[in-house]
Amino acid sequence: MIEQPYRLPTGGLIDRSQSVDFVYNETYYKGHPGDTLASALMANGEHVIARSFKYHRPRGVFSAGPEEPSALLTVGYGPRREPNTQATVQPLYQGLVSSSQNCWPSPRFDLGAVNSLISPFLSAGFYYKTFMWPGLKGWMQYEKIIRKAAGMGEASRAPDPDRYEKSQGFCDVLVVGAGPAGLMAASAAALSGARVWLVDEQLRMGGQLNRETYLIDGMPATEWVANKVQALEQNPRVKLLTNATVFGAYDSQTLGIVERCGADAFQPDTRQRLWLLRTAQVVLATGSIERPLVFSNNDRPGVMQANAVRAYNNQYGVRCGHKTLVFTNNNSAYRTAIDLANSGQTVTAVVDSRKQVEPTLLAQLAELGIRHIGGSAVQDVRGKLSIKEAQLISSDGSQLGESIECDCIALSGGWSPNVQLHSMVGSKPLFSEEHSAFVPGEMPAEYHSAGACTGSFALQDCLSQGAAIGTEAAVSAGFSGMEQTVPSGGEDTLPATEALWQVAKGKGKQFVDLQHDVAASDIELAHLEGYQSVEHLKRYTTLGMAGDQGRSSNVNALALMAQLREEPIAAVGTTTFRPPLSPVALGVFGGLDRGQHYRPYRRSAMQAWHDARGAVLQEVGLWRRAQYYPVGGESIDEAYQRETAQVRAKVGIVDVSSLGKIQINGPDSPEFLNRLYVNNWLKLPIGKARYGVMLREDGIALDDGTTSRWGEHDFLMTTTTANAGPVMTHMEHLLQVVWPELRVRVSSVTEHWAGMAVAGPLSRETLQGCVTDLDLSNEAFPFMAVGEGKIDNVPVRVLRISFSGEMAYEVYAPADYGQGVWEAIVRAGEIHDIVPYGTETLGALRIEKGHVTGAELDGRVTLGDVGMLGMANPKKDFIGRVLMNREGILDPKRPQLTGLKSVNPEEPLQAGAILVNTPEMAAGVDKLGHVSSITYSPEVGGNIGLGFLRDAAERRGERIFAAYPLRDKIVEVEICDPCFVDASGGRMRD
Amino acid sequence: MIRIDCPQCGVRDYTEFTYGGDATLQRPTSDCDDQIIWHDYVYQRENPRGLLRELWQHSQGCRCWLEVERNTVTHDIQSVQLASGGSVSGGTR
Ligand SMILES: [Zn+2]
Repeated sequence: MIEQPYRLPTGGLIDRSQSVDFVYNETYYKGHPGDTLASALMANGEHVIARSFKYHRPRGVFSAGPEEPSALLTVGYGPRREPNTQATVQPLYQGLVSSSQNCWPSPRFDLGAVNSLISPFLSAGFYYKTFMWPGLKGWMQYEKIIRKAAGMGEASRAPDPDRYEKSQGFCDVLVVGAGPAGLMAASAAALSGARVWLVDEQLRMGGQLNRETYLIDGMPATEWVANKVQALEQNPRVKLLTNATVFGAYDSQTLGIVERCGADAFQPDTRQRLWLLRTAQVVLATGSIERPLVFSNNDRPGVMQANAVRAYNNQYGVRCGHKTLVFTNNNSAYRTAIDLANSGQTVTAVVDSRKQVEPTLLAQLAELGIRHIGGSAVQDVRGKLSIKEAQLISSDGSQLGESIECDCIALSGGWSPNVQLHSMVGSKPLFSEEHSAFVPGEMPAEYHSAGACTGSFALQDCLSQGAAIGTEAAVSAGFSGMEQTVPSGGEDTLPATEALWQVAKGKGKQFVDLQHDVAASDIELAHLEGYQSVEHLKRYTTLGMAGDQGRSSNVNALALMAQLREEPIAAVGTTTFRPPLSPVALGVFGGLDRGQHYRPYRRSAMQAWHDARGAVLQEVGLWRRAQYYPVGGESIDEAYQRETAQVRAKVGIVDVSSLGKIQINGPDSPEFLNRLYVNNWLKLPIGKARYGVMLREDGIALDDGTTSRWGEHDFLMTTTTANAGPVMTHMEHLLQVVWPELRVRVSSVTEHWAGMAVAGPLSRETLQGCVTDLDLSNEAFPFMAVGEGKIDNVPVRVLRISFSGEMAYEVYAPADYGQGVWEAIVRAGEIHDIVPYGTETLGALRIEKGHVTGAELDGRVTLGDVGMLGMANPKKDFIGRVLMNREGILDPKRPQLTGLKSVNPEEPLQAGAILVNTPEMAAGVDKLGHVSSITYSPEVGGNIGLGFLRDAAERRGERIFAAYPLRDKIVEVEICDPCFVDASGGRMRD
Repeated sequence: MIRIDCPQCGVRDYTEFTYGGDATLQRPTSDCDDQIIWHDYVYQRENPRGLLRELWQHSQGCRCWLEVERNTVTHDIQSVQLASGGSVSGGTR
């Protein structure tokens, strides 16, 4: 076999001195650096590389860029396998492994092509109409089979092993697209002093210039590009990104860019990088793409964009066939015929639907001996896996013409400006009759356009417009404009497109959207069935909804619909473009924020001690808290029940550092607290703590906790762990927005204080063994007293407050000294059998005591629900004062806080269970309330819980049921007082 | 992504901020016991097309509550000032 039989002997921007080995469908091939996977496959004569989505028709390469609808391959293998990769943008690299998809056993012989035989039935909406019967269930069963038959490649199910990055960017002027206009705009803006980013989606800057044989300032355009790029690279204010797509434009000139930095390696250091770029001004020089023409069998392998055939000839040194026929409705495709002939390729004819053509072009063809057929069109194509001949017809469809032998048809239906990014910033594209295409409409002041995306197709216009717009953008960004010299691009023919939206029908389907297999007949059907608006058309036929977002198909489809509706194209309008412009790997949005880096991790100052003691950790918001400290292979239940019993019998210590701590200073602090909490705060003495509940303005409980007074203007508030942030925000809102006249400052000091609670009948003795400079006797330091002392010479704050119902103290030490202070307390407690306990025991103790926490104050609960209505002082103003008295909130039928006890003490309860009167878990049963917290209580000797229950107080002692239908569990419970231990409160006071 | 010019910190991404709703609301006075007035204060909101004065807290920055004038159609921000009415200490940024 000849190596690379379709590679031209000379030419192209590839490095012929080196070869690159790659695999396609388990066979080895060779290409060159500079190739894309598509150009390398074509150089090797592989022209049928895919099967179509719905009909399994053979497909080849259609384009040479990101508009590619057909040449979709799976690239990579194992966990790096990436399906639906456009071969036309995939850079070739050593060891690349690729395979065809959607076909079995091969793209040349595909059994799924039976779909093609029944294609008359597979029109738009067919699946929905046929398989919806018998109802949804039927559709869901059929859908699996249909998806398989009409599938694309399959993604790897293994975790993505690659590294992705996210970066932040800032500049003054962003230029999107590095064709002639973009290069000039970037140079001009940089000359004016702006920080410029120039981003291009191709591996090589230059855009269309790499595919043409233009001269700029007398030198080959590619040389001019190289000089320009080099100059920009040397400018420290300019950043160049290649192989990067600006995939979305968002508010405040923020743009999303995906850089495929590792697309040229199997196992790159970083596969993709996401840039979030903030800029002052944006120049869109996004160019245009060539539209296909709509005729029968226009999807056959070998039918390609004329521009792509030119690109493979000029940029890659690859011939797309041996006998090429050019079919066009404009002047640009003549360049394809001329370039091919100059490279020694055979052009059998140029078929032009226009009757009038510029004489200079005709003269050029004549000089090269290329036949010209005017006023004609290709009606149909013969040949299936490759083209054999093209059947011509007069362009008005009146007269059948000759058949011309060819194996490649290079077609051009005119040029469509790339207006997707324009559309994303709110510019509605306008239809231009002159260009037979949509051009950008009015844009926000910070956005500018230059070059072919505005409909300026001549090289000289692109160069001058780019320079002018680049300067304009720099000036808008606040720089003084410096005029950039514009090079000479020479004479250029304008396309002079004469619309030809559809050729008279031949024998085969006339495809509009090649990727989704939508044909002109589907659009006719949609019209017939009333799906006539563009948005309906799109959804009914799935036109433009594939990975290429209809880049090559949208305008043709709109034109066909306009003809059917007998309206101008402008009246039909266009669909809205949304990010991402091109497919973006999901991994890049995650970046490095995966696994344990997904979110930050808050560590207590005593974390090392917990780890050393073998504590099992539990996630509580961002905190990891010790849940329990198992001893000798204990289970979680055994561990916390032991810890709980030991706290009640002797003494225990728990890390409470995660509680929110807010320092409140300023002369109006008492007044502020008085307005914040429902109870009285004006007369709290220095050296005392008080329990308080705060409401939201709508009358629902927000949080509870204690606040202590340490000086005339110095208070320390604690909040629940979960509400530390929201309470802080609430207080800041009140102080800055509602009562800015109050002289109060609040600071979050959660991180500054390590907190530990020492609880149990021997807690005082324990602390007396380590605290100095503070008299802890009951007389000097009664319940709710607070004071400053020292432990191991570290100044600490001690508060005599209890969450467990036992005699208890909270000790706060500066965080850096937290672990030392903790260890000192544990040492002092050793003779009292002190036990470290975790959140599980913390919960068990407070449930036994009937103390509410976040599980009860869940954002739906009122003061009355938790039996604290008497705490509120209605004579003062406080947040929630008026709306807490709403009828629904004071309704006596609201469920009330209650205790619950399993009738069979061994039977555990389930948080979230519904309380019902009867043991039947039937729909519509009267729901009386729910279980909010559960534990095993060593004190009670059975399973208990807290919950909310209608008429709880009246029903004490009765038995009801806690139902949990999801697990089919139902437990008989006795209604009891929410306080299970020491109801009089003697233990914590004496 | 909306960018907000915090008077304390400069231009920052809106992801650093927390939305606080309508800035034109006035909390009823402490002697007002009319539930209807309180209900309107807590629940009733206009949803204007065009300029809206709204509150944003620079929660990942200086923690200041800001009054931001934003166009709800274009997301253009016309002005930003401290909600407390105070000025930035140390003069203008
Ligand atoms: Zn700020």
